[in-house]
Amino acid sequence: MARITAGLSTSHVPAMGVAWDSGQQDSQYWAPVFAGYEWTKKWIAEEDPDVIILVYNDHASAFSLEMIPTFAIGCADDFPIADEGWGPRPVPPVVGAPELACHLAQSLILDEFDMTIVNKMDVDHGLSVPLSMVYGSPDSWPAKVIPLAVNVVQYPPPTGERCYQLGVALRRAVQAFDQDLNVQVWGTGGMSHQLQGARAGLINQEFDSRFLDNMSQDVHALRAITHLEYLRESGSEGIEMVMWLIMRGALGDAVEELHRHYHVPASNTAVGHLVLRPTS
Amino acid sequence: MVDNSQFDDIPGTTVFTAERSHEGFHLNQFCMSLKDPRNRERFKADEAAYLDEWPMTPGQKQAVLERDYNAMIAQGGNVYFLAKIFSSDGVSFQTAAASMTGMSVEEYAQMMLAGGRSPVGVRSIKEGR
Repeated sequence: MARITAGLSTSHVPAMGVAWDSGQQDSQYWAPVFAGYEWTKKWIAEEDPDVIILVYNDHASAFSLEMIPTFAIGCADDFPIADEGWGPRPVPPVVGAPELACHLAQSLILDEFDMTIVNKMDVDHGLSVPLSMVYGSPDSWPAKVIPLAVNVVQYPPPTGERCYQLGVALRRAVQAFDQDLNVQVWGTGGMSHQLQGARAGLINQEFDSRFLDNMSQDVHALRAITHLEYLRESGSEGIEMVMWLIMRGALGDAVEELHRHYHVPASNTAVGHLVLRPTS
Repeated sequence: MVDNSQFDDIPGTTVFTAERSHEGFHLNQFCMSLKDPRNRERFKADEAAYLDEWPMTPGQKQAVLERDYNAMIAQGGNVYFLAKIFSSDGVSFQTAAASMTGMSVEEYAQMMLAGGRSPVGVRSIKEGR
């Protein structure tokens, strides 16, 4: 049977991808951002997951304002790297896991989660920056990836509670898949940041620190955070952190924190990164 | 009836609601078109002519020509779509964000290096916290 062996969360700041691609790993600005992923690079080589269910948001790359799916799951064989205005990132194309993705789509919909099914989709920095942080620069990505895109662009995103519950359903669906697969779930985006208006540049280290703690210590507190609280406390784009709760929901009741990294700033954003292991 | 007036209490922040998305539809779709390098070339060759191909309001077009991101947001623009404009210009997200705050690029970069903008005092206008 397929099993979820670990969860990982990370920011997906586009400038991290630009810095990585242009060889700024050792610069004074970027070295401390990337240093927190060194542990993870060793860890992932040992874990060697078969499939990553990668929760992220599209940033006006695959989805325009013509259609705005709240939850979308990618069932394609592969996902090309998007051109976001400066040409596609020079990273390998993302290879899907269509058999598992189709099973998940059907299971989730019958489990009351009305997923949008996507059979053709470019993927942007939201998905590719986490892969670069965790795997570095391989010729091809070592794991297959099922993109799970969440709308956090147009208000309202799904609630944190809804995201958590989707994670719970995702766990049930993965465990019902009749192949021996090592599956990880990644939740990306955040942490506190605001990219617009006179309040741009907002960072709330206390909020972020509590959020990181409670991913393993008190997920109930995180599930109760309202949209208004995210907006006030973590900035208008900090609300991306609801996506971390899909990952957390997929890990079951209890988890152990294996690794944590937090750094301010990367461009306009507080970078946060966790690796969690389900223990229940 | 939905009531989004609570968001007006957060200073310097525009929440991209369905209503704003409707108002900014053509502005944001124009931005989206800049994903295609051929459109970027056409836009750079004659910005006003390219904008005239889109059913945007004169105010939206003017804001684009002036790269006034706050004005674009006030007229329905969303920052992830607007990013296609400054990316086409070769301008970083940090420089574009700085331009919305009234700070110089250097001042803004210094603020971020020092830990970012504190939430103290910019959470709520009414509650003054």
